[in-house]
Amino acid sequence: MTNAASFATTPSGAKPKPFITWERFVVYAVLIVCALFFLLPLYIMIMTSFKSMAEVQSGNIFVPTLHPTFDAWSKAWDSACTGLYCEGIKVGFWNSVKITVPSTIVSIAVASVTGYSLANWPFKFSEVFFTILLLGSFIPYVVMIYPLVIITRELGIFSTLWAVILVHTIFGLPIQTLLFRNYFASLPQELFKAARVDGAGYWGIFFRIFVPMSVPIFTVSVILQVTGIWNDFLFGVIYAGPTNYPMTVQLNNIVNSSMGGKAYNVDMAATILTGIVPLTIYFVSGKYFVRGIAAGAVKG
Amino acid sequence: MMLIVLGVFVCGTIWTVLFSFTNIKILPIFTPKEWIDGFVGLANYRRLFNTDRWMSCPAITHIGMADWRFTCTGALPNMVTYAVLSIAIAVSLGFLLAVLMDQKIRAEGVFRTIYLYPFALSFVVTGHVWAWIMSPEYGLQASMRQLGWDSFSFGWIADRKMVMYAIVIAGIWQGTGFVMALMLAGLRGIDEDIWKASKVDGIPAWRTYIQIVIPMMKPVLVTIFVIVTSGAVRIYDLVVAITDGGPGISSDVPSRYIYQNFSANLGQSLSASTVMLVAMAIVLIPWIRMEFGKKSQA
Repeated sequence: MTNAASFATTPSGAKPKPFITWERFVVYAVLIVCALFFLLPLYIMIMTSFKSMAEVQSGNIFVPTLHPTFDAWSKAWDSACTGLYCEGIKVGFWNSVKITVPSTIVSIAVASVTGYSLANWPFKFSEVFFTILLLGSFIPYVVMIYPLVIITRELGIFSTLWAVILVHTIFGLPIQTLLFRNYFASLPQELFKAARVDGAGYWGIFFRIFVPMSVPIFTVSVILQVTGIWNDFLFGVIYAGPTNYPMTVQLNNIVNSSMGGKAYNVDMAATILTGIVPLTIYFVSGKYFVRGIAAGAVKG
Repeated sequence: MMLIVLGVFVCGTIWTVLFSFTNIKILPIFTPKEWIDGFVGLANYRRLFNTDRWMSCPAITHIGMADWRFTCTGALPNMVTYAVLSIAIAVSLGFLLAVLMDQKIRAEGVFRTIYLYPFALSFVVTGHVWAWIMSPEYGLQASMRQLGWDSFSFGWIADRKMVMYAIVIAGIWQGTGFVMALMLAGLRGIDEDIWKASKVDGIPAWRTYIQIVIPMMKPVLVTIFVIVTSGAVRIYDLVVAITDGGPGISSDVPSRYIYQNFSANLGQSLSASTVMLVAMAIVLIPWIRMEFGKKSQA
């Protein structure tokens, strides 16, 4: 690059490294072998779903399909049997949408306001409140199953969509509130003080200053709630009632129903369909997803 | 609204613990009278630990702790097996991957995406994929034999003794990427100067990792430990999807036990829930101590 170097008689600077050293080779080899382990089930899942049942029975799970067909996919979506009826996994898909959308919106709305209060408007018992929230996000779900059955029963909504939505909202709140509280507490206090001096009130500060500044944390919590609720199985089984089963429960029923023999290709197509929503969120959202799961993994 | 939610959490937990000491048959509402009338002390717990499905250790007096797993069967030992193995393997594999990813490699984003995608999936999805791969009839075993390896045998999910290990494989597949992501964040948080200093002193990289980097990452490691363990304690969907507790009840786990005893055996179900709460509390102690310890120093 420099003129001085080109005139020098001996090469200067660091000795150029060979393109690939033995150590680098081992590093990449291990990484690639592990990557194959993680990719293999995805590959097998996709390949099986494109095979016909005859091909599944005679073939090999590793061998790619020779005659790809969408039959298993349309059957999984439209006409696979869950043991009760044969309307495919689409019923579960729409149920999951109906459960996920309201519980995500409500829990985030309540959690963001509560987090904001905890961070900026300390009240008498806010420390106690905070500690209970922290512990609440760790309580195993099973401990709360029976009390919540009683509560939903007394409210007259047990075995309905409302019950699952309520339960998801309740369980989403502690961790969501913690997320928002920590985020709001990290914003500079001067902002809050300046707004107060300018005469902004509780809601004014929240909507005109904090919400516009909090797009990242809202993104993280939406990802966390949507994937968490979509992937839930236990609450769906207990509180939703058979006609409102979410997609994960429907998937389980389709795979376990033995009406007319096991159709592994249909099972795998249904499995991919169930996984596609969180997977899409994962691939689209990238680093926000990692932040979201890091926060959400502590959930009950 | 939040107060109601917190009330639900606090009261619900207290309710479960209190009523685990009673012989209630149907779900009551909380009234002190119901509780006093039904009070049976520790009877539910005694019955629970005398139930083979929960835990049975026929020769516990003759063996050492090391052999515990091989003689004890039931939901609780299964959960312990799953927890110990999945933590050990996911943490060591996750650490190895994180260290390798930290070697300034090409296509880091691609590798990270591949390792982490299973974590986005539901346990039910993971479970069914692995149940299909591991099914002796058409899965890995049949495929390997078809390729000419006739003696190849992999029937873990149909084997009472091995079924929990099959579930561990699926659990690791789903969880390792997450451990790796947290570890990598921890490694990146370590000051570059530490590496320079140890290089100047001529300390080999592996010793720097063991003696300097790992101790520095203690907070991250504790967090990972707590998260992975609390996940293992409440394992449910994965087992339901892979084996539904089978063959027989050989892969039953506490959450499934509690759920299945819902109508038949409420008292036991509640006491089993309380045992899980205690298990979770034990896991949480190191983490709480660390968090609150930090606060008192500040």
